[in-house]
Amino acid sequence: MSIWVDKNTKLLVQGITGSVGAFHTKQMLEYGTRIVGGVTPGKAGSKVEGVPVFHTVADAVKATGANATVIYVPPGFAADAIAEAVDAGIDVVVCITEGIPILDMVRIRRFMEGKKPRLIGPNCPGIITPGECKIGIMPGYIHKPGTVGIVSRSGTLTYEAVHQVTTLGMGQSTCVGIGGDPVNGTNFIDVLAAFEADPKTEAVILIGEIGGTAEEEAAAFVKANMTKPVVGFVAGQTAPKGKRMGHAGAIISGGKGTAAEKVEAFRAAGISVSEAPSDLGITLAKRLGGKVH
Amino acid sequence: MNIHEYQAKSVLAKYGVAVPRAKVADTPSEAEAIAKEFGTAVVVKAQIHAGGRGKGGGVKLAKTPDEAREVARQIIGMTLVTHQTGPQGKKVKRVLVEQAGRIRKELYLGMVVDRAVNRVVMMASTEGGMEIETVAAKTPEKILKEHVDPAVGLLPYQARKLAFGLGIPPELTGKAVRFMTALYNAFVDTDCSLAEINPLVLTEEGDVIALDAKMNFDGNGLFRHKEIQAMRDFDEEDPTETEASKFDLTYISLDGNIGCMVNGAGLAMATMDMIKMVGGSPANFLDVGGGANAEQVTNAFRLILSDPKVKAILVNIFGGIMRCDVIAEGVVAAAKTLGLQVPLVVRLEGTNVGKGKEILAASKLNIISAGDMKDAAQKVVAAAGQAK
Repeated sequence: MSIWVDKNTKLLVQGITGSVGAFHTKQMLEYGTRIVGGVTPGKAGSKVEGVPVFHTVADAVKATGANATVIYVPPGFAADAIAEAVDAGIDVVVCITEGIPILDMVRIRRFMEGKKPRLIGPNCPGIITPGECKIGIMPGYIHKPGTVGIVSRSGTLTYEAVHQVTTLGMGQSTCVGIGGDPVNGTNFIDVLAAFEADPKTEAVILIGEIGGTAEEEAAAFVKANMTKPVVGFVAGQTAPKGKRMGHAGAIISGGKGTAAEKVEAFRAAGISVSEAPSDLGITLAKRLGGKVH
Repeated sequence: MNIHEYQAKSVLAKYGVAVPRAKVADTPSEAEAIAKEFGTAVVVKAQIHAGGRGKGGGVKLAKTPDEAREVARQIIGMTLVTHQTGPQGKKVKRVLVEQAGRIRKELYLGMVVDRAVNRVVMMASTEGGMEIETVAAKTPEKILKEHVDPAVGLLPYQARKLAFGLGIPPELTGKAVRFMTALYNAFVDTDCSLAEINPLVLTEEGDVIALDAKMNFDGNGLFRHKEIQAMRDFDEEDPTETEASKFDLTYISLDGNIGCMVNGAGLAMATMDMIKMVGGSPANFLDVGGGANAEQVTNAFRLILSDPKVKAILVNIFGGIMRCDVIAEGVVAAAKTLGLQVPLVVRLEGTNVGKGKEILAASKLNIISAGDMKDAAQKVVAAAGQAK
């Protein structure tokens, strides 16, 4: 078990003929992900790494029975690519693209209301169930099948957490990067609820950062609904006010969204907070008292 | 991206938002001429990218053209210090000369994207002239909100609700609704991230106008707004941050002495935190992004070294898309090209890490290798300490 993606997931790659899309198609195939098709308008009939390319997502779904898609198209076209996937009835839509205008995402969220697909991202590393299915851009080899669920707004900081967990001899059930944009699809609570319900996940690492109130809401959810142990970290304790720290969403504005507030919310919810980013694995091991293997 | 008040008002006016009659002056004599042309009292306002200009002496009333020239002479060229500029202040290059009206009531109107509900929200308050954050903290019940469905836009009934909620008299609600609708249209059409009309004023003459205006734009949306891009004022930005953006690097200068180069915003913030935790202080935030090449790494080093405070550099890379060997080659090339004088600590992990470490070792450069983040932070803090 795992959440949302596994060895049975049949994946499409939107933007498969671009350099980034082609590169990661190869990486994902090497990891063992079942990629059944690609989509680039105007390129139907060609192949990338042996994967057939279609004009539209609807054509690709019809021909392959795909139930997931990953989007590597440029920011100006990515919102449209998400909408196309949603309309084609795909279950899991993962958008890697960074730099989508925020008002495009506002419109897409409105478009998605009442529709079933799960959107992960944009501006995220993707989702991986180690040993089964890698969708995105994360380096596969640092992961190991196991029982720790990891969720984060940041890409490379997720890798850091995964690496620490693997180094300590534990593994991951599923790792989800929800992305650093202020308006996105899946949020912390969606992932936490799925981890709580997943029999294979025994503990969760939650990595937040400054800006917004998603961490506070996640903490409230943990307090009210989670029985599994949660370990947390909040990046940006040293960030100055009013400066956007790379991610569009990572900004302390009007004195709100500070790391101190978020750490406080985590603690109040019974989340074990790792003070240093280098201690995530150790903090988890301590919290579990050696229970997870 | 931020723009000046006079630019924001010109953008808003295009969409039908009512603004006072005004013109920009670069010199005192221009200010005098504008005041003469208007034939009324004018307000002379410093144009800088910061709020609190009035308190700092950057906004003054002039009853005659002579007075307009005199106050413009005082303001143009002054270094204006407000609570938003920092203690160093900002130099005023030009002023906006605006027809002074008789104010009946000052209100607040603002728009942002409310990330909690993924929608644009229009906020209004009777506390015009006050900072909305202060109002939100002290009297949150005084902020009225209307969330906008992007499929239909701001509907007239929503604008009416806000107008009546603000106590705008019935004879002016039509004007207020038109004002709000125009503001919403300007916001979505130009990919705004924030628009603030503070104060929005009702005049004795029966107008509803934007006495001040502030607009920020979503950097991700700028590619489709060439006319907004042209309004960028580089003098208002940190030159190093501007230089960084040319190379697709995100750089933010800080007060410490340890230069940082990291891939990914979250890891970059975490690296700064780690440095602080082991007793050091970061000189910058620098995210080289997901797909950096050797040239970008060289540029990143050049930016870090342009800060004279930097006593040591920490490179922390967790390669995903970015391969460690590419980074290592970039680090070696940059260190050689720039003749690196300060200690350099490198922590590499991820894709092709073995190859990357080999390249660093083979370079014979004086690079301190680190195992994990904490090790790297401790080593760079120690190196910076010795360098003093």
